[in-house]
Amino acid sequence: MLDKNQAEKIFEKIKKFSSVDELEVIFSSTDFSLTRFANNTIHQNVAEVNEAASIRVAFDGKTARATTNRFDDESLKRAVQSAESIARVQEPDPDLLPMASAEEGKGSEAPSRWFDQTAAITPADRAEGVGKIVAVAKKNKLVTAGIFSSSQSAEAVVNSKGLSVYYRQTSAEVSITMLAENSSGWQKANSPDVNNISPVRLAETAAQKARDSHRPQELPPGKYTVILEPAAVLDLVGFMFWDFGGLAILDQRSFLNNRIGTKLFGENVTIVDDVAHPLQSNAPFDGEGVRRRRVSLVERGVIRNLVYARGTAEKMRKSEYKDKVGEIAATGHGFPLPNEMGEAPTNIVFITPGGEQTVEQMIAGTERGILITRLWYIREVDPYEKILTGMTRDGTFLVEGGKVRHGLLNFRFNQSLIEMLSNVVAMGKAVRASGEEAFDMVVPAMKIRGFNFTEVTKF
Amino acid sequence: MSSVETELAMSMKQIADWALNTVTQRGAGYADVRIVDHRQRALATKNGKVGHAGSAETLGIGVRVLVNDAWGFASTDDLSREAVDKTAAQAVEIAKASARVKEEPVRLAPEPAVKIEWASHYKIDPFTTSIEQNFDLLRRIDAELLAVKGVTLAESNMQLGRCEQWFYNTDGSDIHQTRVITGAGFSALAFQGTEIMKRSYPNSFGGQHQNRGYELVDELKLVENARRIGEQAVALHKAERCPEGKMTLVLDSSQLGLQIHESIGHPIELDRVLGYEANFAGTSFLTLEKLRKLRYGSDIVNVVADATEQHGPGLGTFAYDDEGVQAQCTPIITNGLFTGYISSRETAHTIGENRSNGTMRAEGWNRIPLVRMTNISILPGEKPLTFEQLIAGTDDGIFMQTNRSWSIDDKRYNFQFGCEIGWEIKGGKLGRMFKNPSYSGITTEFWNSMDAICSRDQWTLWGTPNCGKGQPMQTMGTGHGASPARFRNVKIGSAYKGN
Repeated sequence: MLDKNQAEKIFEKIKKFSSVDELEVIFSSTDFSLTRFANNTIHQNVAEVNEAASIRVAFDGKTARATTNRFDDESLKRAVQSAESIARVQEPDPDLLPMASAEEGKGSEAPSRWFDQTAAITPADRAEGVGKIVAVAKKNKLVTAGIFSSSQSAEAVVNSKGLSVYYRQTSAEVSITMLAENSSGWQKANSPDVNNISPVRLAETAAQKARDSHRPQELPPGKYTVILEPAAVLDLVGFMFWDFGGLAILDQRSFLNNRIGTKLFGENVTIVDDVAHPLQSNAPFDGEGVRRRRVSLVERGVIRNLVYARGTAEKMRKSEYKDKVGEIAATGHGFPLPNEMGEAPTNIVFITPGGEQTVEQMIAGTERGILITRLWYIREVDPYEKILTGMTRDGTFLVEGGKVRHGLLNFRFNQSLIEMLSNVVAMGKAVRASGEEAFDMVVPAMKIRGFNFTEVTKF
Repeated sequence: MSSVETELAMSMKQIADWALNTVTQRGAGYADVRIVDHRQRALATKNGKVGHAGSAETLGIGVRVLVNDAWGFASTDDLSREAVDKTAAQAVEIAKASARVKEEPVRLAPEPAVKIEWASHYKIDPFTTSIEQNFDLLRRIDAELLAVKGVTLAESNMQLGRCEQWFYNTDGSDIHQTRVITGAGFSALAFQGTEIMKRSYPNSFGGQHQNRGYELVDELKLVENARRIGEQAVALHKAERCPEGKMTLVLDSSQLGLQIHESIGHPIELDRVLGYEANFAGTSFLTLEKLRKLRYGSDIVNVVADATEQHGPGLGTFAYDDEGVQAQCTPIITNGLFTGYISSRETAHTIGENRSNGTMRAEGWNRIPLVRMTNISILPGEKPLTFEQLIAGTDDGIFMQTNRSWSIDDKRYNFQFGCEIGWEIKGGKLGRMFKNPSYSGITTEFWNSMDAICSRDQWTLWGTPNCGKGQPMQTMGTGHGASPARFRNVKIGSAYKGN
């Protein structure tokens, strides 16, 4: 695992190969392992060690990047030359800022997310965990598939203006699908600390969902009250955060065009981006090494602020939108330069308004509705009304008279996110959740009125 | 080979031998090694200014082993003797751990050893083109798009790649392959009122991508088409919303390519059928008893999985797959009947075959090969039929072009697609433009409703560069040849129902 001193030493070596005004290197280092199982058998089991240096040069209003995973002199020199040659032919960009100063990277603190016990996980440890999951499957006469992964990773940004920031973390993840003859159940969890994950507990919950949805019945499509478990919530709401960057507004590709400052969602929806939240993850600095700040995105349903890379903040201050977009400041959410997307908030935390209900309480308070474990293959149908389509999967249930009655055949939905977040009638406690369509977030389960299912499938 | 190339091949062989010797000494029953050197140039402009400007290279080794009839894989970017030996030993340890949780031993279909050199064909090595030339083209496209009043965002891109792989296994295979990949395209966005409209050319997903050189970029005539596409993006604001109901649908070849990808390409992956992907990518409605029994489509539906050069320079074209099996052409749907899966050495026996049909592909040195689509293509109609003749023979329907959204369930049965633009077909002619067109259906019902497909002169081998599968996720390029085709009684407009 690359440490900060090594990164800085390699940076000094790279610097000798470059004659340009400014130089920035993003270092990444990963040691990743994943044990995959299906049909109650470990069928794939992999490990990867990789380090890379992504070198950006900037001079005369021009900038370009070259990335290599070879740290020998010849390879580093070739990467520098490649970046310089790609930059040299560009038209100067008057909006290109000097690289970030050392001061802009300072204060990049986050809680320690390095756990020696996670870093020390062996293939045998993962196999033992999978063995316990398979035992749960066999006890329930089910077949299981899933993963148990563990990793250590490090990231550093070093530039020629004296900025040097470094972050490392560990991570473990377990995802389990339990399959019965005509039904299935699913659970997933991850954490920097493997001790926070119980493969057996996850397996038992997934098994129960598979059992309870046995012989699913058909319900006609239409608008229903739904109870979305946290993973289903995050996979849906994840589609809107790419629009919370300043550049998305300047490009007029955001659903927030002409909507900042307006009440777009229900009073009970408040969302922040907060890398320092104890349940969050990832580096506390952005692709230029700028420290990430906590940003209030939505307050009681009103769109308040956007996130900004340094360059986007400057452009926004000069734009026709400057008085309509809330606070404008470099918030440390930029992607590595040069890029077309600008920035995005990726450490989402929902602040629940109090009166949280457990999923069980939501079920008990529902006369007729649908409980959804997980969603799948979500895609954007309409970028401004934020209509999303997708399918339910691995545990969809009819709730009637305050009780889960039986499993349902899976639905296709076409649902506006704006309408959905205006119809939240109950929320759970925000938890760290993980799905497959969006990045991990801290989100609650939600009970939503009038969710729009348009078709039902045959399983 | 030049002396430099000979020296390089020898050194790769030596590195691979370190790994193969280590794993053999530690008890591997089978092993293969892939050393991959992947280089890429990626450029993009936005409103005439630089959007992305970068190059990337990655080199490393992946060692896959069978020990005690179970798999292990380890990979590293360090090609020193010490690191390769350590990685090989790690792969064995991982396989031993795998063996602790297994129901059935892995059975590999036999495959003869082969020694071969292969490279994809190109006329113009894309890396010999100047970056200045590349950017100049992208800026000219943007200028054409922005010349259209109402275009609010113009984006153009180009990706040039070269992937060189050395494969060795304990059976004695020694396979060196090089593929050159080129892709380019553009899109125009028009924001007005409460709608964002988009048009892309020649396809969404960054345009067209093939195993070719820079000649592809020249042939796409990007600048020449930019003004028209920009005008369509703006005109969509004044177009009526696509109607809802059951109607006749004509798809352009790029959308049909994606339809094939999602509703034929994925369900025929034998690993999905066997449950290997149940936790993530899903399973398949094509359970084993359906082979050679299911009426997948109408009589004119003929689909192949063809990785051979004869099929064309698709993103799924190669000489040997990533476990050393020769590229093949497998009939998937023959006159409407389901006739084949895509398989691997491990899965072939489950369908009674004694040989893999060669579709195992890995994203890079740090990933294992998986059963992946090669070029999954629908064959063109045998009788001459131009697009104009197809429309002329259609009384009433909707013509849809260029994908905008795509979604299908985890068994690949219920799908919904949205397209960027639609056109009314009335009395054999294209009429009004429609915005927000979409259609949905059930896979087999849809393919059985196909009653016309254009002939070879209308057929394009499209490249889909972003197919995701596996854990850890791997992104793969796949090829899909298609001609415009007509489908009857299709559910149109469901994406906006209730909204």
